[in-house]
Amino acid sequence: MFVVKYRKIFYTISTLLIIGSFIAMAIWGLNPGIDFKGGSIIEIEYSESRPVQADLTSSLLPLALRESVRPTGDTGYIIRMRNINQDEKIQLNSILSSFGTSTEKRFDSIGPVLGSEALRKSIVSIILVILAIVLFIAFAFRHVSEPVKSWKYGLIAIVALMHDVLIPTGVFAVLGHFKGYEIDTLFVTALLVVLGFSVHDTIVVFDRVRENLKNAEGRKPFDLIVGESISQTFIRSINTSLTTLFALLVLYFIGGESTQHFSLVLIIGIIAGTYSSIFLGSPLLITVWKWQDGRGKK
Amino acid sequence: MILKTRIIAVFILIASLLIGYFNYYSEVNMDSSIAKPFKLGLDLNGGTHLVYRADLSKIDKSEVNDSMNALRDVIEKRVNIFGVSEPIVQIEHSNIFSSKGAEEKLIVELPGVTNIDEAIKSIGETPFLDFRILTSEDMTALEAKNLSDEERTAEIKNLLKDTGITGRMLSKAQLIFNQTTNEPAVSLVFNKEGKDLFAKVTKENIGNIIGIFLDDQPISLPVVRDQILDGKAEITGSFDVKTAQELVRNLNYGALPVPIELISTQSVGASLGHNAVNGGIKAGILSIIVIAIFLIIWYRLPGIVAVISLGVYTAIMLLLFKLIPVTLTAAGIAGFILSIGMAVDANILIFERMKEELRRGRGIWDAMHEGFARAWLSIRDSNTSSIITGAILYFFGSTSIVTGFALVFLIGVIVSMFTAITASRIFLYALAPKDTNRMGRFLVSNGFTRININK
Repeated sequence: MFVVKYRKIFYTISTLLIIGSFIAMAIWGLNPGIDFKGGSIIEIEYSESRPVQADLTSSLLPLALRESVRPTGDTGYIIRMRNINQDEKIQLNSILSSFGTSTEKRFDSIGPVLGSEALRKSIVSIILVILAIVLFIAFAFRHVSEPVKSWKYGLIAIVALMHDVLIPTGVFAVLGHFKGYEIDTLFVTALLVVLGFSVHDTIVVFDRVRENLKNAEGRKPFDLIVGESISQTFIRSINTSLTTLFALLVLYFIGGESTQHFSLVLIIGIIAGTYSSIFLGSPLLITVWKWQDGRGKK
Repeated sequence: MILKTRIIAVFILIASLLIGYFNYYSEVNMDSSIAKPFKLGLDLNGGTHLVYRADLSKIDKSEVNDSMNALRDVIEKRVNIFGVSEPIVQIEHSNIFSSKGAEEKLIVELPGVTNIDEAIKSIGETPFLDFRILTSEDMTALEAKNLSDEERTAEIKNLLKDTGITGRMLSKAQLIFNQTTNEPAVSLVFNKEGKDLFAKVTKENIGNIIGIFLDDQPISLPVVRDQILDGKAEITGSFDVKTAQELVRNLNYGALPVPIELISTQSVGASLGHNAVNGGIKAGILSIIVIAIFLIIWYRLPGIVAVISLGVYTAIMLLLFKLIPVTLTAAGIAGFILSIGMAVDANILIFERMKEELRRGRGIWDAMHEGFARAWLSIRDSNTSSIITGAILYFFGSTSIVTGFALVFLIGVIVSMFTAITASRIFLYALAPKDTNRMGRFLVSNGFTRININK
């Protein structure tokens, strides 16, 4: 099986991507949205034509909003600013409408307290999901202890999962720097789904390894069994990812603005997840087995 | 045996078509008795979502629940005055994830309204209502001074004495119309404490003026004509209906039991929401079509079966959205589209397994049975991990966006396990060719099996 044979090449690709993601995160950092850091955002559309941006910003000066203004659509603006209260909101509206008839399409304002709470909850849910999944895998594979113990399957699933979550995060660090993409609660949700998918995919291959191990009854070497299991589940992995990707691509292109970044995270994550379930997770079983073997000989 | 399977298959098909028709009919015919439209979240329907933080620092721990309930009732009254349809006011209790500053929160949802800045402002205000006394002697002395209006108001304020009666003691204010003159008036009903105090004050002050003050501003200065024992009072004067209504509103506002602070506002205009719905529906339909084409080309007869069970899946999901009801958000629709992809996965696992068994030389029937039986373990384990993820997201999710997504995803995974295993199996058994001849093999196999990836 070529996957097993050339596994070091595949490990290298994954390692490079992960290092790249870390570098992107270290240099540019992630760009937190108002969900996490608190702040306000308003989207406004003028019925005729929008005012010149410089005029708009200068008229907003007295409010000291620390705003960033970005044009949207043909006649609209999206303004991001610090967290404002209802009095300031009313002042803001009167300034904005002094430039012509306008409709407020969206207004979000999140206090810093709520923002840090959302961040904490997101981190807690990621940790909980990871813990629950390791426990579940250790349980589901409890009858498999030879030649690799069941909790090691769980650990390998976590390695694959980290890979799948780190890569889209790295991509968003790059996009955050160059295109202003933000990390919000929807992004965290997407990561958690990637996480679920990743484990889902890895389990399907491991499940096959489990079955083949049982049938072989120790007559075949472990690496051959893993190789067979990968090739038996190969088409399934690709096809499942393809159907999910079809749905996500459609969602990305015509699903509307509010879920576009969400589907992008999922597209990257699911491609990474398919890669890791085939080229990373199962070959790692062999690597772990060889390590054990090496130790045993010494 | 095959006849029985076919009857069940036809039954499932008809049931799904009926469900589909119900989904459609209950959406389009809003006047009919079974009308049950989808419940759309604020981000799709337009509306405003407010989060208030309650400052409970001065409240004893044992009274937190009572204070929050009282707060909710007051806010509910205030919100109802805006004439919003189906507003939601609910308490979000603190949990282990809450930060210290935000132990208890109040969520206010106002569907369909976005342009209510002034209204939002007034929800959080804590107007203070009280009653003060101006003796008739002071009043006569004042009138004799012949002051300008402004000076007069200022002077009146100085002369007033507190009675101890405040808005806290009022149980209800109501707009009424005088039966003889038909002029609008405001009726007040005090609670027990207010009733006793009001009786005492009115007894001692017959002939004096009892001033009703809101936030230190006089709103009405009626003269006490008699002792009032029943805790009911009526404010008459030169009201028009509008000012009377305003007074009723202000009186019912009362004071909030605890101070609150607005910590989050989210409002979405109806047009933006409308675009999101259209985008979501288009994306849903298109992705089903793309997936269907892919499945039929790749898996042939089983592919058709997968598409039919995908139809069953969609019908059941939409029905559940209506019946539970699930409040659909943009993230929820994304979760649904994603779950379509996952629903297909179970079918793919089964069909790939089936092809493998065929290649090993089994007959079509054997291969089908083996395919379903052996794929089950993978389906069970992989979906269990998805259910774990969904459940954690639902119970610990940080925002309503996340929990909205998680709920749809969770329902989707569970329903898809049923449709993939039960519906797909019955349809396939009902349709599968009996003989393992060339034609049969062509139908259940595909042209790519000879690719050998074992090298």
